[in-house]
Amino acid sequence: MIDKNTPAKDLTIGGNIYEAGNAREFKTGDWRSIRPVYISEKCKQCGLCFPVCPDDAIPVGKDQLRKDFNYDYCKGCGVCAKVCPFGAIEMKTEGED
Amino acid sequence: MAYNLKEVIAEKPSRFTAGHRMCAGCGAPAVARMVLRALKPEDHAVIANATGCMEVSSFIYPYTAWTDSYIHTAFECAGATCSGVEAAYKSLKRQGKLPEDKETKFIAFGGDGGTYDIGLQSLSGAMERGHDMVYVCYDNGAYMNTGIQRSSATPRFADTTTSPAGSVIPGKMQSRKDLSEIMVSHHIPYVAQSIAVNNFKDLYEKAEKAIYTKGPAFLNVLAPCPRGWGYPTDMLMEINKLAVETCYWPLYEVVDGKYKITYKPAKKLPIEEFLKPQKRFKHMFKPGNEWMIEEFQQEVDKRWQDLLDLEAMTNKEN
Amino acid sequence: MSIRERLSGNEAAATAMKQINPDVVAAFPITPSTEIPQYFSTFVSNGSVDTEFVAVESEHSAMSACIGAEAAGARAMTATSANGLSLMWEMIYIASSLRLPIVMSLVNRAVSGPLNIHNDHSDAMGVRDSGWIMLFSENNQEAYDNLIMAHRIAEHKDVLLPLMICQDGFITSHSIENIELIEDEKVKEFVGSYHPAHYLLNDKEPMAIGPMDLQAFLFEHKYQQAEAMRNAKKVILEVAEEFEKMTGRKYGLFEEYRLEDAEIAVVCMNSTAGTTKDVVDELREKGIKAGMLKVRVFRPFPAEEIAKALSHLKAVAILDKSDSLNGVGGVLFEDVVSGMYTNGNNVKALSYVYGIGGRDTTAQDITSVYTDLEEVAKTGNVGNPYRYLGLRKE
Repeated sequence: MIDKNTPAKDLTIGGNIYEAGNAREFKTGDWRSIRPVYISEKCKQCGLCFPVCPDDAIPVGKDQLRKDFNYDYCKGCGVCAKVCPFGAIEMKTEGED
Repeated sequence: MAYNLKEVIAEKPSRFTAGHRMCAGCGAPAVARMVLRALKPEDHAVIANATGCMEVSSFIYPYTAWTDSYIHTAFECAGATCSGVEAAYKSLKRQGKLPEDKETKFIAFGGDGGTYDIGLQSLSGAMERGHDMVYVCYDNGAYMNTGIQRSSATPRFADTTTSPAGSVIPGKMQSRKDLSEIMVSHHIPYVAQSIAVNNFKDLYEKAEKAIYTKGPAFLNVLAPCPRGWGYPTDMLMEINKLAVETCYWPLYEVVDGKYKITYKPAKKLPIEEFLKPQKRFKHMFKPGNEWMIEEFQQEVDKRWQDLLDLEAMTNKEN
Repeated sequence: MSIRERLSGNEAAATAMKQINPDVVAAFPITPSTEIPQYFSTFVSNGSVDTEFVAVESEHSAMSACIGAEAAGARAMTATSANGLSLMWEMIYIASSLRLPIVMSLVNRAVSGPLNIHNDHSDAMGVRDSGWIMLFSENNQEAYDNLIMAHRIAEHKDVLLPLMICQDGFITSHSIENIELIEDEKVKEFVGSYHPAHYLLNDKEPMAIGPMDLQAFLFEHKYQQAEAMRNAKKVILEVAEEFEKMTGRKYGLFEEYRLEDAEIAVVCMNSTAGTTKDVVDELREKGIKAGMLKVRVFRPFPAEEIAKALSHLKAVAILDKSDSLNGVGGVLFEDVVSGMYTNGNNVKALSYVYGIGGRDTTAQDITSVYTDLEEVAKTGNVGNPYRYLGLRKE
């Protein structure tokens, strides 16, 4: 793995990256100051929330159902909560229950 | 096959991954992701990206958020760079140097700065030469990456850091360039304007047509910037909806010169609805500045009417 | 058997390109290099090459398209001059930093302004630190030979840098001279096919190229480029050796002309070397121990080797076909002199700026340089080392 201690001889030339999509290893969840909380009982699986997530933090299974948030990446923008017509997503301040 | 959002999301994995570093609530990632989902899963793609927000936050060494091949060179040349990749594909394929059964698609992404302004020549050249590629402009109406400077896509009166609303000059004094119309004038097979609304059907279907139409295609997609426009991050989808319902950002496509407006609001909302939530237009609501809203409305009305006329003129089936 | 022909420098370059048969050529017209894409597009139109020709709308796009094509896994070539190169400037640096072995013909011309279409080296000098390998060519033969060798150098795994072949605008680009061409099949075999380790069109290994490269990495990536440039010197010589086996024509980092026993010498590049050789011959007949060093490989700069080759002289004059406007002297002068200094060579050195904007440089002009050198050699007094040749000063 390349990091800030990697010597020049071991860096890929030109800054090329050959592992496409490896940004998944970079977690952006710590940017968050407010957190969406998924209330599955209220969710009607209408499908309005998951395409709007800028951070792909709402996983959708092969069963076409959304799952709980992926907090590794969620930046807490709140777009999902705002589009939910059923109150199934509540925004809470990080650190509070 | 009819569009089914859940099926698209469940069956087609994201080709623009999490772990990118665009701002919370940015309008662009969802656009890029849905455009790429329009690719057939078996097809490979090469993405060319102009310098801008999307590029500097999606490929920060050593991490890339793109699962397809990706190239960034500079600000003003995503069109030319992409055309070079496409030319290589054509040449190598013709010479039998690439597998015959494998399709590669070419998609360029640029912000409005890299597309309407500094990259216009490169884009125009690529379109005129007829490369089999799609250029997607994610238009956030200013140079957001460098800190909200006005571009030719910035709407009239908007307060930006290089068109500040001052006591003498009330924001940007010039009208927004209509890039989609400029692209139509290139007589390319497919031009469309879209946005992320509702279940993204409009965007997905236009992206699919753009990608799978042989020859050059251009997609202009409004992608709001919460920081640059000055609205709370969670309002993204409401802003998008208002842009469409006020006819500020008409959704239409031009296929071989035939216009088709893909969404006509039953009742066009007044432009204030779109302007009001955005701090960049705040000064327009001060007493004495009513003329600004009026003029803004007149321009929106005129452009909408022009579009209706063009549709009536070119598309008799409609 | 080689083929005897009569071609202009531009025709020679286009012929080399035809034999190389690159996958993509992207170019834009600009005097005096325009003929290269013109001739080449005829080859494309007549199906004598497999190339995809991209008639771009600017030189900036020419280089951008070459970068895209090369990154995609293709061999990409272009040609330009002067302001065309200036417009490319941003992409020139990007091409080398992305480590793409693009090959370009640079037909040297004065960079504006004011506008001038004739030869000098100000275009090339503007990109001397861009990380491109730069080879200079005295005549059509050298422009052709250098191009045939170009891909072998640029694409070498220890190098992977773009490369430009320079020749003098009009003076060689538009002058028809005898030339010995190599048979198509031999060129094909010599150049070989291109198999990059990583490329955009490889769907089995999608890759990303051109990152945001921040404080933790750019320094190391630049060091890698510098290492590659240092490696290039050896590779250039290896390729030249193989080329000599095929053609009998010998190339080094530079050419020494009657330098071995010389006391005074001129260092120059491109077509001026032809005139200078004539002058050297004349002076030798008069018993003056004159010699010449013609730089072929300008980047990487063979500082140590040049310093050594000049070390026995009493005085040397370095001719620059562009003025650096830096208050000190021309680029070649600075490079040669700093190479001499760091290698313990204290030979007296003069800088001459000459031939700007296509000003003719006659045998008489060159002779006057040797006359000056004789004076310096005799007195040991350099005077003002920053001199002009052929300028109406007063």
